[in-house]
Parts: sequence; C-alpha cells; structure tokens
Amino acid sequence: MILDYVGVKEINGSLIVLDDVEGASFEEMVDIRLDNGTIRHGRIVQIEGKRVVVQVFEGTKSISLDNTRTRLKARPMELALSPEILGRVFSGAGDPIDGFGAVYPEKRANINGTPMNPVSRIYPRNYINTGISTIDTLMTLIRGQKLPIFSGSGMKHNELAVQIVRQAKISDTEDNNFCVVFAAMGVKNDVADYFRRSFDESGVLSRVVMFLNLANDPIIERTLTPRCALTAAEYLAFELNMHVLVIMTDMTSYAEALREFSSSKGEIPGRKGFPGYLYSDLASLYERAGMVKGSTGSVTQIPILTMPNDDITHPVPDLTGYITEGQIVLDRQLEGQGLYPPVSVLPSLSRLMKDGIGEGYTRSDHQPLANQLFAAYARVQDARSLASVIGEEELSPTDKKYMQFGKLFEQYFVNQGYTENRTVEQSIDLGWKLLSTLPRTELDRVDDALLDEHYIDDPELISFDVFRSAADQKEDED
Amino acid sequence: MTDKDVIFGINGPVVTVKNTRSFSMMEMVYVGESRLVGEIIGINDEFTTVQVYEETTGLKPGDPIYGTGEPMNVLLGPGIIDNIFDGIERPLKAIEELSGSFISRGASVSSLDLNRYWNVKIKVKVGDKLSGGQIYASCPETAVIEHRFMVPPTLSGTVTRVEPNGKYKLKDTIVVIKDEKGEEHDLTLCQQWPIRQARPNAERLPADIPLITGQRVMDTMFPIAKGGTAAIPGGFGTGKTMNQHQLAKWCDADIIVYVGCGERGNEMSQVLDEFSELIDPKSGRPMTDRTVLIANTSNMPVAAREASIYTGLTLAEYYRDMGYHVAIMADSTSRWAEALREISGRLEEMPAEEGFPAYLPSRLSEFYERAGRIKTLSGSEGSVTIIGAVSPQGSDFSEPVTQNTKRFTRCFWALDKSLAYARHYPAINWMDSYSEYFTDLDPWFRNNLGEDFIKYRNKITALLHEESALMEIVKLIGSDVLPDDQKLVIETAKAIRVGFLQQNAFHPDDTFVPLEKQKLMMKAILHLYNKSKHIIAAAIPISRITELGLFERLAKMKYDIPNNKLEMFDDLIKDIDTSLAALTA
Repeated sequence: MILDYVGVKEINGSLIVLDDVEGASFEEMVDIRLDNGTIRHGRIVQIEGKRVVVQVFEGTKSISLDNTRTRLKARPMELALSPEILGRVFSGAGDPIDGFGAVYPEKRANINGTPMNPVSRIYPRNYINTGISTIDTLMTLIRGQKLPIFSGSGMKHNELAVQIVRQAKISDTEDNNFCVVFAAMGVKNDVADYFRRSFDESGVLSRVVMFLNLANDPIIERTLTPRCALTAAEYLAFELNMHVLVIMTDMTSYAEALREFSSSKGEIPGRKGFPGYLYSDLASLYERAGMVKGSTGSVTQIPILTMPNDDITHPVPDLTGYITEGQIVLDRQLEGQGLYPPVSVLPSLSRLMKDGIGEGYTRSDHQPLANQLFAAYARVQDARSLASVIGEEELSPTDKKYMQFGKLFEQYFVNQGYTENRTVEQSIDLGWKLLSTLPRTELDRVDDALLDEHYIDDPELISFDVFRSAADQKEDED
Repeated sequence: MTDKDVIFGINGPVVTVKNTRSFSMMEMVYVGESRLVGEIIGINDEFTTVQVYEETTGLKPGDPIYGTGEPMNVLLGPGIIDNIFDGIERPLKAIEELSGSFISRGASVSSLDLNRYWNVKIKVKVGDKLSGGQIYASCPETAVIEHRFMVPPTLSGTVTRVEPNGKYKLKDTIVVIKDEKGEEHDLTLCQQWPIRQARPNAERLPADIPLITGQRVMDTMFPIAKGGTAAIPGGFGTGKTMNQHQLAKWCDADIIVYVGCGERGNEMSQVLDEFSELIDPKSGRPMTDRTVLIANTSNMPVAAREASIYTGLTLAEYYRDMGYHVAIMADSTSRWAEALREISGRLEEMPAEEGFPAYLPSRLSEFYERAGRIKTLSGSEGSVTIIGAVSPQGSDFSEPVTQNTKRFTRCFWALDKSLAYARHYPAINWMDSYSEYFTDLDPWFRNNLGEDFIKYRNKITALLHEESALMEIVKLIGSDVLPDDQKLVIETAKAIRVGFLQQNAFHPDDTFVPLEKQKLMMKAILHLYNKSKHIIAAAIPISRITELGLFERLAKMKYDIPNNKLEMFDDLIKDIDTSLAALTA
C-alpha cells in the first residue's frame, strides 16, 4: 500500500514536519510532490511516534502547509553504481546532470556506507610519487591515506590539487587502474570549471567522476555530496579494484552547511556554533579512505579546506587535523613572495610517511634527510626572528648560514613551479645539496656514514642551476 | 509491564520508548528486529531513553525492544589477550569472518571463543573454603600470560565438587561451591562484570614503584608510578599516538590494554601489524602475547565509543585481580568526552562549558580513580596504570577536557607544537610538564640507582630552567653578548635537549633506554659541564672548548654507545678529561 501524506505540519528552514505518519523508518527517503508538479526529495532525520521531521534537499521554498503530497520510499538514500559512472557528472545528491541520462545500476549502495573493520584494513605502505619536492620528501603521500590541504581563500590550493592529480597519474602510466573522484561542495562555478578544464587538459577526464554542489546549490544537498562521492569511490576501489584519488573541496563549506542544518533542527551548538557531532561527522567521511583485504584497490583522499581567516585552530581545520593522517599547510607569506607551491613545511606532516619510504620504497637516506631538513628549517625561523630584532648583520656566523640556507631552501626546494615534475631521487639529492650549505657539525640528526656519503664539502660543487627553469637562467645572464 | 515494549522516537543514536516500566537504568537492551545493542540511559514516567551502539538507519517506531535485565556487561575469561574488540567487546576478527571487511549491524558473536579448549589446572580440592577473588584454577592463555580463574567477587563458599585437570571449554563447569545459604554455584572458565562498576580489591597500596618506560624524558624527568595516572595532551601532529605506541611497546607492565577510542582506523591496523612483528625483549615473544586491543575508530558508532573506555578498564582490572601489572592506554579521552557531549546534546541536557555536559569532571574523575596499585582479594599485588591522551581543541590547553584531566591525573606530559615542528621527539615540553610522583618514587630510585640519579636529574632540570630564562635574553640581543659561563649553560642545555631529551623511536638502541644508561648519559653531560666551568673560570674562552667537538659527541652518544656496552661511558669520560686537560696544559 502506498500512502501519500497531504500537507505538512510545520516548516522550519530546510526541515518540514509531518504528522500521523505510519511506518516511517529512520533515515528513509521521501518524495515530496508539490501542487505544481515538481518533485523534491527528502530524508527523515527524526521520528517521535507518528511525527516525523524531514530534511528537504532542494530547500523548502514555495512549500506551504497544504500544497504537498509526501510519499515514503521505504529505503534509505542510495546511489546507483556501475562502471559507467567514470567520466560522468552528477549533482551533489548523486543525480546525473550531464545530460546523458540515468546510470543503469549494477548495484545500489547506501551513501552512509558501513564502517570498515579495523582488522580488515591493510596498513598503507605504498607511496604516491607526486613529483613535488616538498610533498615527496617531507610529507610523502601514501596510497590509502587521507592528507588534506589546509589553505586560505585566494591561495593556490586548487592548482596544487590539479598538479598532484596530473603528476601522480604520469608516474602510473602503465597502470590503467587510476581514477579520480571529485566532489565540489559550495565552490564557485569558476573553480568547478577550472578543475574540469584541467582534468581535460591532462587527459584524465574520462577517468573522473564529478559530484558538483556549487556555491548557489541547496545546502542540504551539500551535506550529501561527500557521502555520494565516497560511496562511488569505495565502489570503484573495493569492487573494481581501482586506485581512487578523491578530491573534496571545500570542507569548510561542507561544515558550514552542516551547521546551518543543525541550527535549523534546534540542536545545541558546540564551538563557533558548529554541532557537537562535527568530529564524528567529519570522521565518518575521512575514515572512508584506506585499503581493505580482498581488494587491490585503494581510496586516497585529498580534502581541501580554506581556513577562515587563515586560522588553523578554527574548528574545521582543527578537527580535520585530528582525523586525517597529516596535513599540507599552505602559507600566505610564501605565496606573497611568489613561491609556488606555497607549502609551509614546518606545520605540514604525513603520519604514514615513515612506513612508506626508505629502503625498498624510496631511498634509505630519505627519513634522516627529512628529519634534518625539518630541524634545520626550524632553526632558520629562530635565526629570522632574532634577525628581525638585532638585524641580520649582528647575527653569529652560524645563524647567518642558516639565514642563507632558509633562502635557498625556499627558493629552490619549496618553489618549484606548476609544471615541473621532479623524481624523488632529484628531490632528495637537492635536499643534500641544500644541507651542504650548512657547516657539517650542525647536522646532528644524521649519522656520520650518511654524511660521508652525501655531504658536499666543496662549496664550489654546490650549484642549484639545474633546478631552475631556462627562463630564470637567461634572466640572470641578461 | 506491557506485553511488548516498542520504539516511539528516534534521533540519531538515541531511541525513546513511551510508557514502559520494564527497564532499569544502565540495563543492556536489544533494539529492533536486527537486535542492535543498546543501553538505557534515562527513565522518567513518560519516556525511557536508550542509547544505541550501532547505526540506527532503518529503525521504525513500533519495532520491538528486548530487555536483558542486566547492566552492560563484559565477558571475562581466557582468550581476551591477543584479541581485538570493538567498544562493547565484540571480537572484530570474528565479525570479519561473519560480515566481511565492513561491519554490518546487529552482528551477534560471542565476545570470546566458546569452542576453544583450554588446558586447565585445578588449584583447589573438595572441602576448601573459597571467598570472592580467590583463584581456583589456571591455564596458559598465551606463551607469557597465565590466566588465573577467580571466584566472582560477589560469591563465597565451600568447594563441593572438582573436575580433574584437563581440557575444558569456556562454559564448562570445573568447580562447584556451596554458599552459606546452601545454594550451589557452578564455576566455569568465565564470568561477567558490569563495565561501569570498578572491581573490588582488598586495599590500595602506595604508588612507590615506577613504571619504567625506557623513554628518557618520562623516566628521568617526569616519572610515573605503577598504578598511577598520566595525561598526554597535545594538538594534532605532536605525537600523542606515537608516545602511546612507544609506551605500549616498552613499558614494564605485564599486560597492555590499548584502547583506540575514536581514532584513526589506519592507526589500529598499524598497531596490529607492528605488535605482531615486534618481539618483546623480556619474553622473546611477539608483543601481541601481552596486548589487548580495543578499537572503536572514529567512524564507528559514537555510543560504543563512550563505552569503549570502560570496557578496556574492566578488562584491565580483571587481569590486575589475577596479580598482574596492567597499563591501559586510552587514545584519546577527548574523543570519549566528545561522545559524552554528543549524546548529552541528543538528550537535550543543559550544557556546561563549550557544550560539554556538566558531569564531564565527575566522569573523568571516576575514570582515572580506577587506576591504582592494590592488594587483590586473593592477597597478591596488581596494578592498573592509566595513560590517557588528550586532544585539546585548537591545541589550547585551557579547554575543559584538558583542564579537568589535569585535576585528576598526577603526571602531565604536555606535548608542544613548536618542538614537534622542529621534529624534536618525544615533543614533551620540559617547562609545562610535571609529575607529582617524585616524592613517592625517590626512595625507589635511591635504592636502585643510587643518590646520584636524583642529584643528576635535579641538576639537569635546573640547567634547563636556567637556559629557558637565558633564552629570553638571547631572543632580544643574540647569544654573542652573554658571558662565557652563561654560554656554557646554553651549550650544555643544548646537549641535554639534543642528546638526552630527544629520543629516536626508530633507532634500535635508542627506542628503549635502560635506566642505568639514562643515568650515565646525564653523568657524562654534567661531567663535561662541571669540568668546563672550571676551565672558563680560568679565563679560557668557551670557543676553545666548543672547538673540541665534545658537545657533538654528547649529542650522538645515544647512538654511539649501545645499551649493552655501558662501560664505553668510562672511555667517553676519559676522553673528555684528556681533551680538556690539553686546554689547561
């Protein structure tokens, strides 16, 4: 028996309340037919006896107390999945919007997913070569990891994400198993377009699934977007055995949508008005990265979030950092100096790096080099703050060396350009060259055997020109 | 009582039942046709509130709720060690066999393997009088842990029947006792205990034996006692989990209970991987032979996360009662507090600070007070040490969870972001951290390592504080203008920081350092300091000393001198003497 419920009892923000509903189940989907014939979709978010609260994805605009007929669909929110989803574009709620019609589903999956059994996880160990010195050497991305980019409005996080996709793909040319799931949440039209164009240019568009909820799309849909995307990613990875890179941008917009929804439900707010369950909610997304036994695929996540006011202690970056396995932090000052990618090395981190590098993966001297670079660059900050007080001239000779090291490090190691693709070997060698500009006694994180092998005693032999673009060199000559 | 209790309302993990009198507070219930596990958390004359430990999607008003008449229990018996459970003691390996790589709901599996045979040795005979907590049998549980079967604390009586030694399954009766009222009780290989209730003990013992961790900054600077409590607060990326792992691997407890509470799934699989490969140096067996894992990752249901801490603690107490020293690592208690907050919010309770419920401090104190070194009911000695990680929001230690934890723990290992950024690990800030155990533990250190150990430690602490004050000046005017004796303090403090406090968890010799070596390292550093002080007093510039490269040698002695060749310290000290003698000659 299919029942339509006529009218609603109450409307509040994106929520409607129905009375006298029989047999509703929690998180069940509903269709809401308006008198003018349009259909909206919704989901039951709270039940009290026969009174149910429904979240309307498309918003409650023009719904009145008696112009609707609501029908229960007797199933939770599901996404239609088949190998054909590659290359398709969907709305934030998982409906095709590219004009190629509905997906003929091989299976349907609940978008909430089910938690991965910790026992069934495979500990991620294979690194992804992104071709970016800072990332490969100091915060190596591992297959199955979730490594967010913490950025700010107006910085070059999108370019960085695209460069990672483009270069990670190149290192995998023989491996046909690579694909990208792209989830846009509350991003500007231009940004979505930039990603689409860039994917097209780098020839991966046919291997990209896009879920777009743009800045002017309804916010309830935005809370579904990452879930749809991750359901698709899990299907591609764990059933079709593909290596999936999931890019989710912008997590701050997602969290704000969640806050808007939570406050319209009348929930008790936590920090900065975000709901108390923001951590659990973000975790239910981020934890869907990984690898499981019985499948050769992997889900790697690169969520992008813009830190409001560049504040890393804001709830969204803060909670994200507690869930994800590290972070890549971008820095406005570096960006201001025209360096790209403006990766702020010290607060950036990859937690899975230690087991995915070194002998058998990258190079045996990778970890000690990374430790030493971090330590030396941390020392540079001390020298700089001292120099800002007493002036660079007054610094001790060692501190002066550090000042110089800092400059070279940023100029050649951090600053690499949008098109340059460096091998791990090149990046590590460059790291040793940079360290060789410091006195050997300062390098206390590396043992002597490694220093014997890699430390360049003769300053004449240290040259960075090979890493500079031809244009720069020409400029120097002129 | 109504014929059948049914669901009335659903809001996330909170389910309400209307007009029922059949449940009691904290009773465990099964919800819905798929029998999801839940617990009664609120009762008034109209509504009874249930928190459900699994996803509630698809539940309907009118679905049945079944009571069990018992509070939330765990099953205690052999098979706990070397196992991995979720927050309500469901074995994850068995769930994997049942439902594959993703956890389906309502998975009903016994906590412990009911069909496995254990090689039981009976320790009592007919006619023996037994009281609660006494041991009536034992069996080897793993290669290093002997499982001792204890009379449940609430029972006592005379043994009327005893089975012979041999192989038994978990639910087999091996001993029967008759209590004072003449009632007979079957004793099997297992018992149950409610997770929110501390197990009884005979008396509390003073906390005067250190828990040796092999981590220099912890053992020497901020020691913790067996049966003590410690908090490790730190923002993300400061190494909370890394420290917890190091402690779990190296501390000298007999058994480790590791509770991954609302943390990352990959971290749990790392623990699983690493601990099964890592060999315990004391027993020569894999670490897993003495470890229990409780994994409630952040994407698993939030209510079970709240329970996971108590489940872990109850398991720890059970082994403590057998006479073992148990250490429990809770990573992270902030996630647990957030679970409290989340459920409190669903119950529409009045929030206190930052949305946390007003009962947060009392829950935290209840939790940490279950630690302690005790005399068990059977007269042996055991302890539970609690080491809780705290993840302060925005790395701000003034937030409620950190502040309240600080009040109830006696050891505070504050992790510091700037140290972590400089890759100084463990990133325990020596200025902000503290331990209240010094007075309790100093006699032990004095007896086992001599008066020198305490003297060295105090001197090192003093030098670090002096350096910190000097750095204020250096930040303003640079180090060049300082007089030589102060420069020496700075050089020495640097050697302490780099050579002593910094410890490399990935280096085979440095990952665990015995106390004796810790003492000799301090001795070497202070020896150089004292000698140099005299030389500087003789108006020889400090640059002459630093040129000798002695401070660099101190920084690398942790690698250069293996743990089993401590006599090499004598050579080091001799070298220091000869090098310095050349200056004054």
